[in-house]
Amino acid sequence: MADLQLQGICKAGSGDAIITLLNVSKSFVTGKRTIQALDNLSARVQGCMITGLVGPDGSGKTTLMRLIAGLLEPDKGTVTALGRDATAESLLVQASIGYMPQRFGLYEDLSVSENLNLYADLQGVPGDARQDRFQELMHMTGLGPFVSRLAGRLSGGMKQKLGLACTLVRSPQLLLLDEPTVGVDPVSRRELWSIVSRLVREEGMSVLLSTSYLDEAENCTEVIMMFEGQILGQDRPAKFSSTMEGRTFTVSVPDMKGRILQKKLLLREDVTDAIVQGDRVRLVMRTQGNPDASALVPGAPDITLRPVQPRFEDAFISVLRQQRSARITDREADMKPGPSPGGNGGNVIEVKNLKRRFGDFYAVKGVTFSVERGEVFGLLGPNGAGKSTTFRILCGLLPPTEGMLSVAGHDLRRAPSAARAHIGYMSQKFSLYGNLSVRENLRFFISVYGFTGNAGQKKIQWALDQFELGDYAESTSNDLSLGHKQRLAMACSLMHEPDILFLDEHTSGVDPLARREFWHRINALAEQGVTVLVTTHFMEEADYCDRLAIMTAGEVLALGTPAEIKSGVRSAEIPEPTMEDAFISLIQTSARGERSS
Amino acid sequence: MNGKPGKSGPAESRRAGSRMRLTGLVRKEFIQILRDPSSIAIAFLMPVVLLFLFGYGVSLDAEHVPVGIVVANPDQDTSRFIGSFRQSRYFELVLLSTMPEAVEAMESGTIDAIIHLRQDFSKKLKTSGDAPMQVIVNGVDANTARILSGYIEGAWIRWLGHEAMAEGATLKIPVQMEHRVWFNSELRSRNYLVPGLIAIIMTLIGALLTAMVMAREWERGTMEALMVTPVARREIILGKLIPYFALGIGGMALSVLLAVFLFNVPLRGSVIVLFAASSLFLLTALGMGLLISILAKNQFVAGQAAIIVTFLPAFILSGFIFDINSMPAPIQVITHLIAARYFVAILQTIFLAGNVWSVIAWNALALVVMSTVFLGISRRKFRKRLE
Repeated sequence: MADLQLQGICKAGSGDAIITLLNVSKSFVTGKRTIQALDNLSARVQGCMITGLVGPDGSGKTTLMRLIAGLLEPDKGTVTALGRDATAESLLVQASIGYMPQRFGLYEDLSVSENLNLYADLQGVPGDARQDRFQELMHMTGLGPFVSRLAGRLSGGMKQKLGLACTLVRSPQLLLLDEPTVGVDPVSRRELWSIVSRLVREEGMSVLLSTSYLDEAENCTEVIMMFEGQILGQDRPAKFSSTMEGRTFTVSVPDMKGRILQKKLLLREDVTDAIVQGDRVRLVMRTQGNPDASALVPGAPDITLRPVQPRFEDAFISVLRQQRSARITDREADMKPGPSPGGNGGNVIEVKNLKRRFGDFYAVKGVTFSVERGEVFGLLGPNGAGKSTTFRILCGLLPPTEGMLSVAGHDLRRAPSAARAHIGYMSQKFSLYGNLSVRENLRFFISVYGFTGNAGQKKIQWALDQFELGDYAESTSNDLSLGHKQRLAMACSLMHEPDILFLDEHTSGVDPLARREFWHRINALAEQGVTVLVTTHFMEEADYCDRLAIMTAGEVLALGTPAEIKSGVRSAEIPEPTMEDAFISLIQTSARGERSS
Repeated sequence: MNGKPGKSGPAESRRAGSRMRLTGLVRKEFIQILRDPSSIAIAFLMPVVLLFLFGYGVSLDAEHVPVGIVVANPDQDTSRFIGSFRQSRYFELVLLSTMPEAVEAMESGTIDAIIHLRQDFSKKLKTSGDAPMQVIVNGVDANTARILSGYIEGAWIRWLGHEAMAEGATLKIPVQMEHRVWFNSELRSRNYLVPGLIAIIMTLIGALLTAMVMAREWERGTMEALMVTPVARREIILGKLIPYFALGIGGMALSVLLAVFLFNVPLRGSVIVLFAASSLFLLTALGMGLLISILAKNQFVAGQAAIIVTFLPAFILSGFIFDINSMPAPIQVITHLIAARYFVAILQTIFLAGNVWSVIAWNALALVVMSTVFLGISRRKFRKRLE
């Protein structure tokens, strides 16, 4: 990514603390539960550099940002920003900071320039200074051609850039960015990062930026690692990674699927983490030193083991594993409550030239793919690419405008309910009854599929055991943590033994450990012959799929195994493309093609 | 770039900054109103629809009511009597031959009253003060029933008067009341419904619309972004009050013009007093709207709350349709909490009676108190904090 060498006006690390947190605690009450958002937290943030606040959703990043911006009062402790108490002198602090909330408050019915003018008015930018600044900002964000377009009509990435521009109308000393890259496509994400690093370099701004994408930590000068309201560590990202030196490898075994290899590796005591990367597995060992390759996986002597550069995520997972001893066990072996459909091969889903129109807008324009039994198939793309629409059509929730599709041998246009009995669907949003207990939710969903009495009881017990929800059986679903809610939702979508499982962005907002746990379950299901379709905007999750389709603006740009897609974009500049590289290059090629045609 | 204005007196530059922020907010609000069809609909379309509905559609007057008439012994007297009834615009006479037939028609709802002229109609008419006829009214709709029996009685007495003159005062006429209706001599319900409607329309714009747009800012996250700018609480509140005040006055002006020129409702008081009273009420409504949105922070809840707390009471308990004096005592006490009650009283006075200060002053005072209370609480409750 962008070169973040700091020079000129500011010298990172030499400045005084620009933000100081001293024993800060903050809790919220929702329903019967008290959430300790921040737990006796102390930290110093230095000026003239990008400090990353990195942690999964729910770790307290937003609360911390709001405390610094003076939007919340701490229960205990003091928050100082730019030398002033952020609570008592919030107006003064607010006058010299720029704050971009997670959902930036753009007025969608105002045009780009009207939004800019409003924030210039609010920030007291005099009229004569305005035009130069606007021009500079429009140039920086590339929004120049769109000044008169309504903000609501901009793409997600452009909205985010406009939000950033609005917070920058008056060059603030301190810029607070709360998850600026969430829901933004990888291309815009890179652009946002290069804008932010330019601001630090050229204008000497101090930036505190929060993110749940662990790979973005590497772009920061310093990283504060947050988890469950506490700080796990604060250092330069390279320092974090260096503790992992000599512990990271990629492993591959010919003719063995990545996810089977992964499962074998994870059962070992000395393995901290193993994630699938196409047909290879990225391995993080508990201790330093070269493991004995031939003994790593029993019965696989032709294994290849190559050391790789450690990443920030490795350090994060390693720290988390010490915090929570969540071991992967053999439990996933029995993911289906009944007999498995058995036998691989044969297409269970077939889609030909699928189109869906809303008004005069085509959300899906001519999509063709097929999925084999027992495959994990991914749909990858930015927001608005048409993933969810495609999913809803496949589940029979939305009729297609045009095209042919069959799911589990049924033509969905004729027999949607017959096809639906074979389908499990877990939607993006938590679609359970929040005021029912876990057991009541399970009982309701199983009765919907016609299981009552003993058969139903057995399935509920299976779900409670399998998803480790036994301890929470009588708790109200609303009071569960997000990870547990997702488990319950998955249990509900699996109890009727579907042959095909649809998971729509099921891992967004879940911490990295819970995300891994999910994928183990998905893999186990696939091994038993269940076909799994997932949509995701996490690039790394694309690597976990057997095959995937990259979608943008309603079209499939590429279709194939992760390795095939990556090799398609290999070039002299990028000899080892990641999924994100592949994605960006595909989107850029398609944009170029559109322009030339 | 340095955004700080020159050091020409800190107080002065502070004021300039505040003015700049406020104009920015007001301009933004107006652009949003113009681009959002639903605001325009509530401010201008809704008043027109409501005015047409109440001006043309809803009428509390009983006119052309189907009345069955049964004549037991037709003669010259009865036919004269029927002839005079026919001329009245209040009745639509249906001639029926027997009482059972009339009862059946009443049960099936084709007629709303029966006038039964008995066998001895002519005889009793000339001899005593006894009622020579029987009137039966369908009491299901109590309001119409009351009006109807009054009308029939009036028509009867009028006919008797005519008869007396024609016959040379040989008829004994029962004691007569001399009716005189003041302020709304034609007794047109439109004349008091339409002014009252202005209170309803301004409640819609002031409370409902304001509550919704403020809650929308919370919901879409724009409020969070506003709060970290140097903008002051007062400026955010004024930035909402000014545009919706203008919109409300616009809606009122439209309603008044329609009332006077389309529905011929008299406007006997002064336009300036009307404007002043409307401004007071609008401030109260805006205060309620702001308070609701500060407490609800969610468009759906704010909308529901505004309808239940402001719009429905204004409709039912303000005296706009239902007379407050005929409500049960506890309900009458509650109506004192409804701002629209005071405004409806002022409106009906200004339109129909003129500048009657004894009515206007007290009701205006009540509005001053209410607007101060609501705006004061809003100002106090509205924090530049997220909880």
